[in-house]
Amino acid sequence: MSALLEARGLKKRFGGNEAVSNVSFVVNAGECVVLAGDNGAGKSTVIKMISGVYTPTEGEVHFDGRLITGRSAEAVRSAGIETIYQDLALADNLDPGLNLYLGRERTRRILGLPFLDRKAMRRDAVDVLKSLGIVVPDPTLPVRDLSGGQRQSIAIARAIHWQAKLVIMDEPTAALGVPEQREVMALIGRLKSQGVGIILISHNLPDIFAAADRIIVLARGVVAGERRPSETNDEEIVRMMMGATL
Amino acid sequence: MTDTTAKNKTGALILRSLLNGWSWLFLIGILVFFEAYARIQTGDTFLLRLYSIQSIAIAASQILLLALGLTLVIVAGHIDLSIGFTTGLSAVVMALIIRLIGADAGWFAVIGGIAVGLFAAMVVGLVNGWLVAILNVPSFIGTLGTYGIARGMALIVAGGATVSIRSEEARSIGNGDILGVPVPVLIAGLLALACHYVLQHTKFGVHTYALGANRASVERAGVDVKRHLIQLFVISALTAGVGGLIYTGRFSAGAANAGEPILLYAVAAVFIGGASLTGGQGTVIGTVIGAFIIAVIQFGLVFSGLPPYWQFVAVGLVIIVAVLVDQSRDRLLQGAGP
Ligand SMILES: Nc1ncnc2c1ncn2[C@@H]1O[C@H](COP(=O)(O)OP(=O)(O)O)[C@@H](O)[C@H]1O
Ligand SMILES: [Mg+2]
Repeated sequence: MSALLEARGLKKRFGGNEAVSNVSFVVNAGECVVLAGDNGAGKSTVIKMISGVYTPTEGEVHFDGRLITGRSAEAVRSAGIETIYQDLALADNLDPGLNLYLGRERTRRILGLPFLDRKAMRRDAVDVLKSLGIVVPDPTLPVRDLSGGQRQSIAIARAIHWQAKLVIMDEPTAALGVPEQREVMALIGRLKSQGVGIILISHNLPDIFAAADRIIVLARGVVAGERRPSETNDEEIVRMMMGATL
Repeated sequence: MTDTTAKNKTGALILRSLLNGWSWLFLIGILVFFEAYARIQTGDTFLLRLYSIQSIAIAASQILLLALGLTLVIVAGHIDLSIGFTTGLSAVVMALIIRLIGADAGWFAVIGGIAVGLFAAMVVGLVNGWLVAILNVPSFIGTLGTYGIARGMALIVAGGATVSIRSEEARSIGNGDILGVPVPVLIAGLLALACHYVLQHTKFGVHTYALGANRASVERAGVDVKRHLIQLFVISALTAGVGGLIYTGRFSAGAANAGEPILLYAVAAVFIGGASLTGGQGTVIGTVIGAFIIAVIQFGLVFSGLPPYWQFVAVGLVIIVAVLVDQSRDRLLQGAGP
């Protein structure tokens, strides 16, 4: 069976600084791959090369059997890769429905003029969130009034609603309290069971071991090692993150 | 649900409606004030006569024509200071073109004047959009620059003077009425309706709100933010340009400073209407209320025989109230819960 995503020899240079060198890995459907590494290791740069924000200096990205290197972020997204950034990129002044549909809003015609169908979008948002086990008290309120975990779930709902095959999450639990971190980890489990592939960026060891099917450790822009959680332990992962090779 | 949370909820609901609806209440308040003042002082009514209503509506429509497009720009988190002289530029250009073609040509000359006047306004809007969207110049600075340029251009093409015209057709645009509704009011009303539709009911409107809250949200959603910004500044310039055309019709003359006295009132109307300097908030309906508040203050003071200079003080106070309400919104509502 061929992999859902395959990154081959990714390299990114910013000016004279090589932020990422020769990074290769695969992600299969229904599998959660954790990209672990210290600050500045190159994790964000790697996922931005996959999501189309950066064009790799060298290397290739294959998704679903197709070469997607160099495609725009929008094209990558419509191919089925949804990225949830650390800042979530929500519009805080809009309700969950509009955030779910932002850029692809539903409209209906009244006397020939297109009008936003806010109600339908809101209804869909409530449904998707319910399927994730999340109840928003009042879906007419702007998302700024929601908790951190609920906001995260709206970003994830967006991925599910648009039927992403691969979801990339950059430190999704970094800004959350402990109960909400658990909620997000449970959401990751549900995504996996639906056959979605996941790349999770994290440097939090409990999260890494709770979520990962495979752990890929980056240090100073290169892959320091790849492990299954069952064949390694906290100590070894930390050692690899600090840059001790293999 | 326990009793206290229910109480909290109603409390929050009332507080929220008060904060969002204060401008309506304020408008009603000043209308009642001037009505009472007029009855006590002169024994006559202030509001219940056609002349008062028409005068207030015309004053409000002048403010609105500058404030409508500006509302969209401010919701997107930017500002457009150039509109004061965009109005003047389009007023002067329209008058010059009518002169050039010859007022004898009737509607042909007027329509030519309107087309070229709006084109001049659009150019200012495109320059603003280019500065802000492509060159990343902060809009406050960029449009302050085009404020100067539009002013200079208007004075230069007008030769530093007022450009008077003798066109019955142009006059009818500025002074005519349809079923008692002055044409400028009708035009401002239709444009307000159009801007309301765009901001509340279209994708373009949602993207404008999202842009004001968080640029990354719309960028990530695949919206061409640069193009969107340019369109916003063009809309702002065009509504201000329409203001200039009506000015030329009203006074049978185009003047470079046609919009200058209204600029600050237009900005004030948008903020009184609930917009925020940081963007992401504001509505066309709010701006309409804001424009009417200012118009009632202006006309009410004149009508009551109070020194008209009080209008500057009164409008200044209303702006400060608007800002205080905006600032306290989050704090007060946080305490009250959603
Ligand atoms: N846009 C950029 N321009 C220049 N240098 C960058 C840029 N983005 C990241 N870098 C550099 O690349 C390295 C890796 O950064 P990043 O991918 O953000 O690491 P991580 O996400 O693992 O913390 C860092 O040294 C950082 O300074
Ligand atoms: Mg990072």
